[in-house]
Amino acid sequence: MAGPAIHLLSLAELAKGLSSGDFSSRELTELLLSRVEKHQSLNAFISITADRALADADACDNARSKGNAGALCGLPIVYKDIFCTKGVLTTCGSRILEDFVAPYDATVVERLSSAGAVMLGKTNMDEFAMGSSNETSYFGPVRNPWDSRCAPGGSSGGSAAAVAARLTPAATGTDTGGSIRQPASLTGTVGLKPTYGRVSRYGMIAFASSLDQAGVITRTTEDAAMLLAVMAGFDERDSTSVDHPVADYVGGLTAPMKGRKIGIVRQHFDEGLDEQCAARVKDALSALEQQGAELIDVDLPNLDLSVPTYYVVAPAECSSNLSRFDGVRFGHRADNAKDLFDLYCRSRGEGFGAEVKRRIMTGTYVLSAGYYDAYYLKAQKVRQLISQDFKNAFEKVDVIAGPTTPTPAFRLGDKTDDPITMYLNDIYTIGANLAGLPGISVPCGFVNDLPVGLQLVGPHFAEETILACAHQYQMVSDWHRQCPEAYS
Amino acid sequence: MRKAWEVVIGLEIHNRLATNSKMFSGAANAYGADPNTQACLVDLGYPGVLPVLNTEAVRRACKFGLAVNGTISRRCVFARKNYFYPDLPKGYQISQYELPIVVGGELMIKDDEGNDKRIGITRAHLEEDAGKSVHEGFDRSTGIDLNRAGTPLIEIVSEPDLRSAREAISYMRKIHSIVRYLDISDGNMQEGSFRCDANVSVRPKGQQELGTRTELKNLNSFRFVERAINFEIERQIDVLEDGGKVIQETRLYDSDRNETRAMRTKEEANDYRYFPDPDLLPVEIDDAFVAEIEKTLPELPDAKQARFIKQYELKPDDAEILTLSRPLAEYFEAVATEFAGKARTTANWVIGELSAALNRDGTDITDTKIGPAGLAGLLSRIEDGTISGKIAKDVFDAMWAGEGSADEIIETKGLKQITDTSEIEKIVDAVIAANPAQVEQYRAGKDKLLGFFVGQVMKQTAGKANPGQVNEVLKSRLK
Repeated sequence: MAGPAIHLLSLAELAKGLSSGDFSSRELTELLLSRVEKHQSLNAFISITADRALADADACDNARSKGNAGALCGLPIVYKDIFCTKGVLTTCGSRILEDFVAPYDATVVERLSSAGAVMLGKTNMDEFAMGSSNETSYFGPVRNPWDSRCAPGGSSGGSAAAVAARLTPAATGTDTGGSIRQPASLTGTVGLKPTYGRVSRYGMIAFASSLDQAGVITRTTEDAAMLLAVMAGFDERDSTSVDHPVADYVGGLTAPMKGRKIGIVRQHFDEGLDEQCAARVKDALSALEQQGAELIDVDLPNLDLSVPTYYVVAPAECSSNLSRFDGVRFGHRADNAKDLFDLYCRSRGEGFGAEVKRRIMTGTYVLSAGYYDAYYLKAQKVRQLISQDFKNAFEKVDVIAGPTTPTPAFRLGDKTDDPITMYLNDIYTIGANLAGLPGISVPCGFVNDLPVGLQLVGPHFAEETILACAHQYQMVSDWHRQCPEAYS
Repeated sequence: MRKAWEVVIGLEIHNRLATNSKMFSGAANAYGADPNTQACLVDLGYPGVLPVLNTEAVRRACKFGLAVNGTISRRCVFARKNYFYPDLPKGYQISQYELPIVVGGELMIKDDEGNDKRIGITRAHLEEDAGKSVHEGFDRSTGIDLNRAGTPLIEIVSEPDLRSAREAISYMRKIHSIVRYLDISDGNMQEGSFRCDANVSVRPKGQQELGTRTELKNLNSFRFVERAINFEIERQIDVLEDGGKVIQETRLYDSDRNETRAMRTKEEANDYRYFPDPDLLPVEIDDAFVAEIEKTLPELPDAKQARFIKQYELKPDDAEILTLSRPLAEYFEAVATEFAGKARTTANWVIGELSAALNRDGTDITDTKIGPAGLAGLLSRIEDGTISGKIAKDVFDAMWAGEGSADEIIETKGLKQITDTSEIEKIVDAVIAANPAQVEQYRAGKDKLLGFFVGQVMKQTAGKANPGQVNEVLKSRLK
């Protein structure tokens, strides 16, 4: 067969290959499973579901032969281990769920499966999605395919590394403060976080309910659009999902760049942003301008408050969300508990890692009597201000563009002793979560052989717009086609 | 000395709403199933699951709010109440805190002197119930039954307007009656559908400032509420009169020993860390929704009682008893409509024979064995003189036993009243002839013996002789 090797193909290209009979879903699945097996040193996976994947692939080949191919029939996918998958280990990267087999499928899994997607496995992640380097995982850190000494980012680090290493064309992720976009940026992949409420949270183990949103990591924007079209939509099991029409995301990709108003936030380029990263992002912005976009300065005056605001709201919600892990009904239970209090303390003490404990304690503190007003309530007010800033900006522009992260991938172990520095890695991404806005990170170059990402943020439910802009950029760039050498 | 103290009581009533499914999940909301057979993944607090609000619970809470003249919040918010306990699967209870669904309200009770008294309602909020710990049948461990976890409750909080245990009971009965009238709850106290916590304090008469209160937990019968409050009043007064101080604490009532015991003090109290539940949107309630519910409001106990007094000329006490339960009131009205005689007769029979029979069988009016038409049929036979009131009681019992309608029983048992004067005269003459000694005594002035003769005649006729006629004939024959 001419052309690039199968594992380098995008989801859309694989779909064509399958439908024209260039290869079967079984062949594709076997190939990718062998790559997953071969590259276990990345530690991108917590579970590999080979038997099930092959059975599903056969079923897809069979369905296709009968003319019953769904939208994603036979196409491979991996799920961040935060999504419940019926009958399959679902750990959330935590010791407390080390042996937890979910009794049901998350809505995202249900929708992708019924469209024919074949699950290869479950990916590694920061424990309960709390981390920006994948180093808080109970199952060990994931390595960045571009440099195994570096972190792939987090919390969806396993998903990003697997896509970057061409072990899978697509992965799901979740994004609470940047957990899809930041690892996508650090691994040279595309990471899409939809509008809050666009994709159902049902079956996604909650970290911070008002911020969590499911999305995807792929190599092309087109693939992200394909998957979003299947995942998006109202789910009566999630009261915060929104009954808003699902656009034709793939069809919308061809919308031209000409005439787009793209907002540039001055604060994004202030101190804190690596100079070389800034240069790559500015190059990308020039490319957009050359395609006919108009660059307009916008102001997000409260942007510097987004990290502290986030680190009040998210821990507050997590402190409550994680109370159900008590050793009583499921998950890790301490041996030989003396009494109930001992059972709680030791089950949780043994089951949770340091970062999770830190956030539970922070969250418990900010919700406590006497501190609630000063922290939680204040943070909610600032959150309103930040949302309003975005709203004002979107009166002038269609999207806001800027860097996804302040630096390229950092070394494993570099920031683990300093949570605050680690938290600052999400400085450009958190705003979209606080305001519930859709955001996407696309590769826009390299610094010292490490990928750099361009972030596009749009108004609520403007996925079509940010996808179209990202796609148009990918039409004139090939950063996303670069493959780390060891994985080509 | 007790007279020098004034008692102040406020009640928090927890009332389970009889919806089909739970507050935030699709699991059945029914009592009595095998442990943990009515608990789905949402009730079990599994990772990843989310609550979805049962709008029927909202509707029912609104109905209650309107019935007590409360304000229905156009926007209310669910909040998480965080604490750890094995019967609380998520580690938090979904409740309402700052923005409850019902704000304010009131109802009227009778105070200890029998005067009308207004009791304020502070608020009523929606919340989910917790599961149950089961201590019996486990060796050195505790079982958890989560069937109750997630069942919908309204918590109704009164103002501290109650001044005695009896007033508290009166208020509680009124609320109980209202929720049953509205058909929002079965109000079953044995099953825990209607239970209450009481905040009790005492202060020297005339003092404005409230005394330190204690909270009595989980009182699940009217009798226990009364006893627990009275015990607690005595205890607090004893403490204060001995120069001590009442400690703000939660106390548990032990019905076996009839005493309250300290459970936890204020210092030990949980910090529940309430905050708005991010999994649930604020509930927006519009005027149309409220108006629609308003249309479904039935006539409530107070209004019904007033109408019964006026329309049926009932005694106020009888009207109160008849309107305490809506099915009983409806039963009374059905009989009174069908029966052409006096409504008071109907009231007497419903309150008397019928209620006694229901009590004997341990059931309530909804399971009555004599329907309104049946009772009306019986009363008509008394009214038209077919049977006497005394015979009617036997007929009633036969009807209760399922032997047929009043007419059928009168017919088959030959209970029809003897009103033929010549026949009565024959029997009277026979009785007089058979009791010469008593006749002599009577004629000598022992009037009381008339009853003896009446009794004899009734005995001869198996009670079927018309008592009026018997009296008349006897008096004339014995002259």
